[in-house]
Amino acid sequence: MVVASRKAAYHHKDGEMTETLVKKNMSASRTSAVPNYRGQQVELGRETVGNVRCANPFMVAENVNVFYGDNHAIKDVTLEIGKKEVIALIGPSGCGKSTFLRCLNRMNDSIESARVTGNISLDGGDIYDKTLDPVVLRARVGMVFQKPNPFPKSIYDNVAYGPRIHGLAGDRAELDDIVHRSLERAGLLKEVKDRLDDPGTSLSGGQQQRLCIARTIAVNPEVILMDEPCSALDPIATARIEDLMDELCEDYAIVIVTHSMQQAARVSRRVAYFHLGYLVEVDDTDKVFTNPHHKLTEDYITGRIG
Amino acid sequence: MPNQMTSRARVEAGLSRRKRKEKIFRASGLLATAIGILFLGIFFSTLVAKGASAFVQTYLLLDVELTAETIAPGGELDLEYADFDGLVRTALRNNFPELSGRNDRRELNRLLSVGAGFQVRDLVVANPDLIGTTQEIWVPAASNVDMLMKGNIDATVDESLRNLSDRQIRWIDTLDQAGRVDLRLNKALFTNGDSREPELAGIRGAMMGSFFMLVVTIALAFPVGVAAAIYLEEFAPKNRWSDLVEVNINNLAAVPSIVFGLLGLAVFINWMGLPRSAPLVGGLVLALLTLPVIIIASRAAIKAVPPSIREAALGLGASKMQVVFHHVMPLAMPGMLTGAIIGMSRALGESAPLLMIGMIAFIVDVPGGFTDPATALPVQIYLWADSPERAFAERTSAAIIVLLAFLLLMNLAAVILRRRMERRW
Ligand SMILES: Nc1ncnc2c1ncn2[C@@H]1O[C@H](COP(=O)(O)OP(=O)(O)O)[C@@H](O)[C@H]1O
Ligand SMILES: [Mg+2]
Repeated sequence: MVVASRKAAYHHKDGEMTETLVKKNMSASRTSAVPNYRGQQVELGRETVGNVRCANPFMVAENVNVFYGDNHAIKDVTLEIGKKEVIALIGPSGCGKSTFLRCLNRMNDSIESARVTGNISLDGGDIYDKTLDPVVLRARVGMVFQKPNPFPKSIYDNVAYGPRIHGLAGDRAELDDIVHRSLERAGLLKEVKDRLDDPGTSLSGGQQQRLCIARTIAVNPEVILMDEPCSALDPIATARIEDLMDELCEDYAIVIVTHSMQQAARVSRRVAYFHLGYLVEVDDTDKVFTNPHHKLTEDYITGRIG
Repeated sequence: MPNQMTSRARVEAGLSRRKRKEKIFRASGLLATAIGILFLGIFFSTLVAKGASAFVQTYLLLDVELTAETIAPGGELDLEYADFDGLVRTALRNNFPELSGRNDRRELNRLLSVGAGFQVRDLVVANPDLIGTTQEIWVPAASNVDMLMKGNIDATVDESLRNLSDRQIRWIDTLDQAGRVDLRLNKALFTNGDSREPELAGIRGAMMGSFFMLVVTIALAFPVGVAAAIYLEEFAPKNRWSDLVEVNINNLAAVPSIVFGLLGLAVFINWMGLPRSAPLVGGLVLALLTLPVIIIASRAAIKAVPPSIREAALGLGASKMQVVFHHVMPLAMPGMLTGAIIGMSRALGESAPLLMIGMIAFIVDVPGGFTDPATALPVQIYLWADSPERAFAERTSAAIIVLLAFLLLMNLAAVILRRRMERRW
């Protein structure tokens, strides 16, 4: 089933907009109309518009469904995330962006009512494999949250926590080195190097968020998930984080959820538009913003920008 | 804008009503607080008025001749043979050379506490060099003398209506004029166990009993309570069973304490064969009693840890255990400790379950371990309150003051701990 859909998708990539794309038993509701941003009924279409595949896939989600009890929050989403690619997830509130993001490092495991079906693989390995400990996965797929959430510990201990629990540093000197490098990469070292023992919570909001990013990259992940990392920050702090993302994408794949079209346009290479749990459209950022193919995407983007 | 005008007018019309309501609410709140404080004030002031006098005690100054023949016949101190009571009585009689008859003497001797001889003995045992010398020693007076000195015996009523005869009162006056009667700090209250003689009765036995019990209680209830709270809050699946457990823990917190005493009697003493009246059993019972309190407080403290901290740790790849022990526990610890201390203060003040397991016995010896027979402070209070002697009444109040002081200290410790450990996030 997965193999078949892969093949179909590659046809798609070649531009063959044929019926081979449509998988059997696809969620029937996709054929019905859904309300758009302004409440008008719009046909959803049978398949995600654009291109869910990418040239160099690193993280692959196939037919992912998420249920919170009876609430079907993510409906049959297939999406590839490339190596060292920044992909932005956009869409109206409650459309399932965070839910999808949290599938990628199995943070939904800790929500009792959540049930995830489908396939998600990281570098070819199934991340929902029963034998795989989510601890290992989360060391490879880090996460930055909407509200800066430093631990109520010192700045140093915040950054050192990940390396400590994963045993990444042999001795104190090595740990110091990791902490300094991570803070440096997060663009925070200059501001905090004289007060590494101060509590992390004593920093400003923007600094705290960069501390959280430093904490995440200290475990040297391959993918960084960011759930609206700037929504609690002022424009200047936001700009700093965006600059940071530009640098980080040299080493990491970044999946960022954002409500700001401008931010998505500035930082991401691809954009995925979610609507009511469906993945409506995925494509290169400039294509989506200049020439959205789906009516729902267009409505959302024009509604937000115009 | 007529619409706007009317809504504004309406708001203003309602304003006075709102203000009046607020005033009434504030006034009633103030009144309630004032009533509370008033009653508390009455309670404390009567307690202190009644109990303060028990912290001092009437002593008589006697020139005791520590004659070697009476206490050290062979040159060595012989405790079997030594008659310290006789020495003290002689010393007292020396103040009244005019008395000679047996009845006079007996009447005079009744001014002395039976503890007077012990006091002299302890002095000599501690310092045998004193043998053969004459020492000025303050010895405890009988409780009736104490009551007279404290104004609790009315010398003006008819002789038959009081415990001291006219002659005895005259003797006391004589001694007093010679500067030989004084109210001094009542050390016995803090160094002695219980006694039939009020002037010798102390709360040390009860205090040690309470202490040993609380040690058992905290050692058992805190780790078990915290572990249960962590399990229920962090690991247990949320289903019908965990709901049932939750409801039962809440119910357990409301079970009358005497029921725990019956349980302790049946399980620990009758079934497990542990000794009666032992702080060990008391501590076990009190641990059961405080367990629900600690569990409930600890769960509340764990719940109050922001989920964002948990998510941050999980997102970095911390295991569930690591999240709990590195982040949740340290943040919840002040709340858990507060709960534990509140539970402990409840345990300290508990008497009903202890009655069931035999901790109400009359025990003179100060307990030295977890299995020695003991009472506890609240039980001691009950025992003394039940005694007919006038002198025990003030001791009851004194014991209550001591108990309250401990409770206050523990609550203070809870506040300080919380202040110290609480961190902002
Ligand atoms: N922990 C949860 N438990 C139950 N339902 C949830 C939970 N989190 C999200 N949902 C539901 O899933 C849907 C998608 O939510 P979410 O992923 O948070 O949307 P977004 O991040 O796009 O705003 C919403 O309908 C929301 O009510
Ligand atoms: Mg969200």
